[in-house]
Amino acid sequence: MRDYWRINQQRLAPVLFLMPGLLMFVVYVVIPIFQSVSISFYAWDGLGEKEYVGIANYVELMDDEAFYTSLKNNVIWLVLYMLAIPAGLFVALFLNQNVKGIRIYKSLFFFPFVISQVVVGLVFSWFYDPSYGLFNKVLDFFGADPMAILADEDWVTYGIIIAGLWPQTAYCMILYLTGLNAVDSEQIEAARLDNAKGLKLLWYIILPQLRPATFIAMVVTIIGALRSFDLVSIMTNGGPWGSSRVLAFYMYEQAFSEYGFRMGYGAAIAVVLLAIMMIYIVGFLYKMYRDERGY
Amino acid sequence: MFPRPIEKATPPARALYKIALPIALIIWLLPLLAVALTSLRSQADILNGNYWGWPTSFNMLENYTAIFENTPIGQYIFNSFRVTIPTVIGAVALSCMTGFALAVYKFKGNLLLFFLFVAGNFVPFQILMVPVRDFTVNLGIYNTISGLALFHIAFQTGFCTLFMRNFIKALPFELIEAARVEGVSEIRIFWYVVLPLMKPAIAALSVLIFTFIWNDYFWATVLTQGADTQPITAGLKSLNGQWLSSWHLISAGSILAAMPPVIMFFLMQRHFIAGLTLGAVK
Repeated sequence: MRDYWRINQQRLAPVLFLMPGLLMFVVYVVIPIFQSVSISFYAWDGLGEKEYVGIANYVELMDDEAFYTSLKNNVIWLVLYMLAIPAGLFVALFLNQNVKGIRIYKSLFFFPFVISQVVVGLVFSWFYDPSYGLFNKVLDFFGADPMAILADEDWVTYGIIIAGLWPQTAYCMILYLTGLNAVDSEQIEAARLDNAKGLKLLWYIILPQLRPATFIAMVVTIIGALRSFDLVSIMTNGGPWGSSRVLAFYMYEQAFSEYGFRMGYGAAIAVVLLAIMMIYIVGFLYKMYRDERGY
Repeated sequence: MFPRPIEKATPPARALYKIALPIALIIWLLPLLAVALTSLRSQADILNGNYWGWPTSFNMLENYTAIFENTPIGQYIFNSFRVTIPTVIGAVALSCMTGFALAVYKFKGNLLLFFLFVAGNFVPFQILMVPVRDFTVNLGIYNTISGLALFHIAFQTGFCTLFMRNFIKALPFELIEAARVEGVSEIRIFWYVVLPLMKPAIAALSVLIFTFIWNDYFWATVLTQGADTQPITAGLKSLNGQWLSSWHLISAGSILAAMPPVIMFFLMQRHFIAGLTLGAVK
C-alpha cells in the first residue's frame, strides 16, 4: 500500500487535491446548470409533480411583455454600465499623483465598492426621494420641477444604473490605478521628447499599455451589468409597474413570487440570461486559452 | 508617470489640484456622508425635513442603541459573521488544494477542469437558483446558516481556484523539483514548500471573499428567511420595510452593515487591492 502510493503519488496526488473542491463545485454549480435547463421544459410549482411541457415555457416567453421589458432593460444596463470604464480611467488619471496623503484619497475613492449594494441602493433611494432627496434639492436650485425618478417609468432604470455606476466606477478606477503604476516610464519620456502630450499621449502610448486593465474592467463590468439584481430589488422591487425589471430580477419574481411558484418558467428566463452571458464567457475563455498557449 | 507629475506644474496649477482633491472627494462620497450624518439626527429633524442641514442635535447613542433594542439587527450581524467566516475558511482551504493540483501537475484534462472552474464562476446566479434551493431543501438545511455557507463555499471555490492556480503557477517550479529529488512526498511538498509561499494569496483571497460574502444579498434571500438565519443585507431590506421613512434608523442600520467590510478593507488594503487587480498588469 505504502509502496503503491510512493510509486504513483504524482498521478494520485492531483486527484486527491482536486477531489473535495471539485466535488463541491460540481454538486452546487455544474449540475444545477443542467438541471435548470431541464426544468425549463417543465411546469413545476417547486413542490408537486413536474409536468413535461416541451418548449411551452419558451413559447410563452415570446409573447410576454414583461420579458421584453426586462430584456430591453438588460441591454440598457449593458450599454450604460460600460461608462464605468472611461469614468474609472478618468478618476484614476486624476488621482495618479504623488502628493501628500494621496493614498488616503485613493482608498476613500474606492469606498463605494467595498460597501454592500443593499446599502448603495438605500443610499440612492434616499438621494432620489422626491420630497427631500438631495437630487431634487439640486433640481430645485436650478429652478426645475421635482422629479420622482424611481416612480417614473421612463427614468427609473437610468436612476438605478447611476446608483450601480458609483461602485463600478470605483472598481474600474482601482484597476486603472494599478495599471498606471506599471506603465513604462521610459516610453513616456521618449514620447514626451517627441512632443507628444495630453490626449495624444494617452491614446497612443498609455492606453495600449493599459490593455490588460481595460480587459479586466470590461469583463467585470459586463458581468456586473448582467447580474444586476440587488439594486433593482432594493430600490424599486421591479416597479413602477414592472418597468425597471431586468432578466435576473424577473426570473426571481416568477420563481418565488407571491402569485405562486413558477419554477419552470423562471428557469426558462434564466436559460436566456445564461445564453447571453455565454457569449462573454466563451470569449473570455478563448482569450485565456490563447494566453495559456503563449506560455 | 502619466499624467505629468503635479510637482512639475506651475504653482497655481499645484494649488488648484490641492483644492480640487478634497472637493472631488466630498462630492464623490456625498451620498454616504449624508447617510452617516443622518444616522446621528433626531426624530424631530427627520419630521421637520431637516435632511441636509446641520443636525439640531447629535443623537448617535440614542439612534444606535434604538436599533439594537428594537430590532434584531444584532442577530442579523451575528448571522452574517456565522456565514462569512466559515465560507472564507472553506473556500480558501479548498482552493489552495485545487489550485495546487491544477498548477503543479500535468495531466489530461487539466486545462479543461481549470476552465470549468472559471466558467462556472461567471454564470448568472439565477441559473443555479432553483436547483440549489431544491437541493438545500432536500438536504434538510434550507433556512440554516450551514445551508447558505455550504453553497457559498462551493461557488467561491471557482473564483478562488482561478486565483490560486495562477498564483502558484508563477512560483518558481524548481523549488518543487528540488524537493522531489530529495524524496519529499507530494503532500509534504504541498504543506511545507508551497503553502508557506501562498500566504499573500491566502490573505488577499480572505479579505476579498469576506467582502463578497458579507455583501451577498441574493443568496441570502433565496436560502434563508427570518431573523434567526438571515444575514444583515437581507435583514436591512426587511427592516427598511418596517421602518418606513424613519431615515435616521435606516441610516444607522446601513452604516452598521457597511462597517465590517470597510474595516476589513482598511486593515488589509494592500492585500485587498492585490486580489482585486489580479491580471490588471501583465
